Amino acid sequence: MGGRKMGNLNEIAAHLLQNDDVQLIIGYGEGSAGRVRPLFVSNKKATEKLLFDSRCTQNLASYLYKKEITCLGKPAIVANIRTLRGIIRLAAEHQLEDETIIALAVSTGDDVKELRRLEDMEQYLSEADLQLKKEDKALLDKLNAMTIADRWAFWQQEMAHCIKCYACRQACPLCYCTQCTVEINQPQWIPVASSKLGNMEWHIMRSMHLAGRCIECGQCGEACPANIPIHLLPIRLAEEIRELYGSVTGISKRESCEMSSFQPDDKEKFIT
Amino acid sequence: MTNEFEPKIVAFVCNWCTYAGADLTGTSRIKYSPNVKIIRFPCTGRIDFMLLLKAFSNGADGVIVSGCHPNDCHYTSGNFHARRRWITFRVLLDFMGIDINRIVFAWVSAAEGAKWAEVVNSTVNKIKELGPYENYREIINEVWEEEKWEI
Amino acid sequence: MKNPFKLLRKALYTQWIEKLLSTQQVYGPVQQGKRVNYRRIASPAELTDDFIIPENSVKSFVFPRIEKLFSFTGNKEGVSIEDKNLEAIPYKVILGVRPCDAYGILNLGAIFGWNPADPIFSKRLERTTFIGSACNKTDDYCFCSSIGGGPGNTQGSDIFLTKMETGDYIAEIITPKGETLIASDLELFEEATGLEKEKYLAVLPRRFDDSHMEEKINVVFDTPIFDEYALRCLGCSACAYVCPVCGCFDIQDETRGGKGQRIRCWDSCGSKLFTLHTSGHNPRNTQGVRWRQRLMHKFSYMPERLGVRGCVGCGRCSRHCPVDMNISEQLSLISEC
Repeated sequence: MGGRKMGNLNEIAAHLLQNDDVQLIIGYGEGSAGRVRPLFVSNKKATEKLLFDSRCTQNLASYLYKKEITCLGKPAIVANIRTLRGIIRLAAEHQLEDETIIALAVSTGDDVKELRRLEDMEQYLSEADLQLKKEDKALLDKLNAMTIADRWAFWQQEMAHCIKCYACRQACPLCYCTQCTVEINQPQWIPVASSKLGNMEWHIMRSMHLAGRCIECGQCGEACPANIPIHLLPIRLAEEIRELYGSVTGISKRESCEMSSFQPDDKEKFIT
Repeated sequence: MTNEFEPKIVAFVCNWCTYAGADLTGTSRIKYSPNVKIIRFPCTGRIDFMLLLKAFSNGADGVIVSGCHPNDCHYTSGNFHARRRWITFRVLLDFMGIDINRIVFAWVSAAEGAKWAEVVNSTVNKIKELGPYENYREIINEVWEEEKWEI
Repeated sequence: MKNPFKLLRKALYTQWIEKLLSTQQVYGPVQQGKRVNYRRIASPAELTDDFIIPENSVKSFVFPRIEKLFSFTGNKEGVSIEDKNLEAIPYKVILGVRPCDAYGILNLGAIFGWNPADPIFSKRLERTTFIGSACNKTDDYCFCSSIGGGPGNTQGSDIFLTKMETGDYIAEIITPKGETLIASDLELFEEATGLEKEKYLAVLPRRFDDSHMEEKINVVFDTPIFDEYALRCLGCSACAYVCPVCGCFDIQDETRGGKGQRIRCWDSCGSKLFTLHTSGHNPRNTQGVRWRQRLMHKFSYMPERLGVRGCVGCGRCSRHCPVDMNISEQLSLISEC
């Protein structure tokens, strides 16, 4: 298997730094109050602090293009399934080049696969379970089964808690635009105020801009300080796009975006 | 004078087909409802979903989006791209509880003056039946009704 | 010396809230699903006291996330401006205010009271009465005791209540505003002796020594301590928006037709756009520098200019941070320098 090595996370990380294969390890370390946090390791000694367990759900791919991180050298990134899909999608959108990062694909801390090429990551993902989290699927089904009035009430109630901090955007690996539509003020597309309208238009805009791109990692919802299940909005679109066009995102570096392509015989029943 | 609800409707149309079609409606002396305000775009592919939201946030009760029939696009594929965008946009709005019956999509060619009148009239009737979009008015008015702001 | 403690019986507490409800807007901690927030109540039964700290801080009552400053109308002659009607600001009582939150109002007041004082903030503050409530439990993020507060700290509260195991309350009337509030209900508050408030307070050991924080943070200004800590910072504004003391705002005009209003919205120094110049130059160009600014403002600039700190140790910023940026941990690191 070209480029695929297995072993212990800390050992592989130390080895990569020692050989100068990479200059930085992006991974997870122990945080406060029983949480884990992203950890950036540049020296061999500190690789002891790297860990991986079921708490490590954050999609670390969103660090791959932050300039504070890219200036630290070539990275190896501890990658759960979400992170791998993030990397592949970023590559598909030409935000990453092949062989510029090494993914340390993990399912437990002692079973790490070193993936050096995007192809290896694709291969790894082809065997992976890409199902939504059970509670997300349950809430999605519940919402889909509601009447439209109930859905309106649900989202209005939830979004009343939105403070428009944009943690959802900042945490998303695919929100890499240097200037976001929400920051454009000529014209002012979306009200700056965290009003009902401002909050709702923001979430519509964010979801539409992720349509056909969202890798369903749920990172936006996890980052939300108000615990609003906003990740279900882009995930609902991903679900529909999968049903309509059969495409799954974040699994092939050659995949396109369903929103920037079409079929002449695309089916719909609503255009008169 | 009656106090019947007169909906405000914004129509986003493409320059090459529907706008010319609407012109034909006029030159053919076909009468249609005056509730609609037409905004001309180079192509349906240019009609960003944000523009539809802007129509609603400025108080529209309904929106019409119309352009060339499939395969008739002046730019070959603008309407195909637009169609996918609308398919997705409707799913999102519906999921958020926004009434997608208030957005009418149509293909109206430059030769279909009568169809344009029919699209407008049927939309106006439909929106009259649905009534003013109270849910949306509530959220757009929020920022103008300071006394209602929660903490 | 006058005994500061009065006794407020459980049943009379409910009765008192009902009386308050008949004269003004009453807010308090309410559980809604998994969230606890300060919300308007219609009955004392809606209140909860089983929580560490509500998600939103009481800052919203004096510095709401959207504040209308004035409105304007364009006409043939030009533009006419209509000032905000300050008299329309309602009287409010906030129950169950955590000591850190109440303390935060004092510090926020130093920002908005800085000459010239902000008239809207001042009026809101004047018309809001904060009923503090002692903490009987804390979590891993609380650190009020490390920076001059504590679970029984009465600063910023107008009245302070400590719940005893019997369900009755020890009441302290702190300010003239507090005295006015209970002036017509004095009979509900019994004179009592031998009440031991300390016994009912949570114990929160100090996490770090804050005694030289103002000097130390200036000394470490140019060291990599902030950059290293902030590598994982995503640059969202969650910390600033949940903070009871963060007072930065953005001024926006909302217009519709010929009329409009100028509003003040929360803003945050953590966001890249906060300092971006029109030229494209950004004096705070990396997240580490922005994180440093947040701490410097709270622990150096505010103490220097206003005599108060910009942090009360509520720990909300750390609790809500998606990537576990922990302010008390960073302060501990600085205090060890």
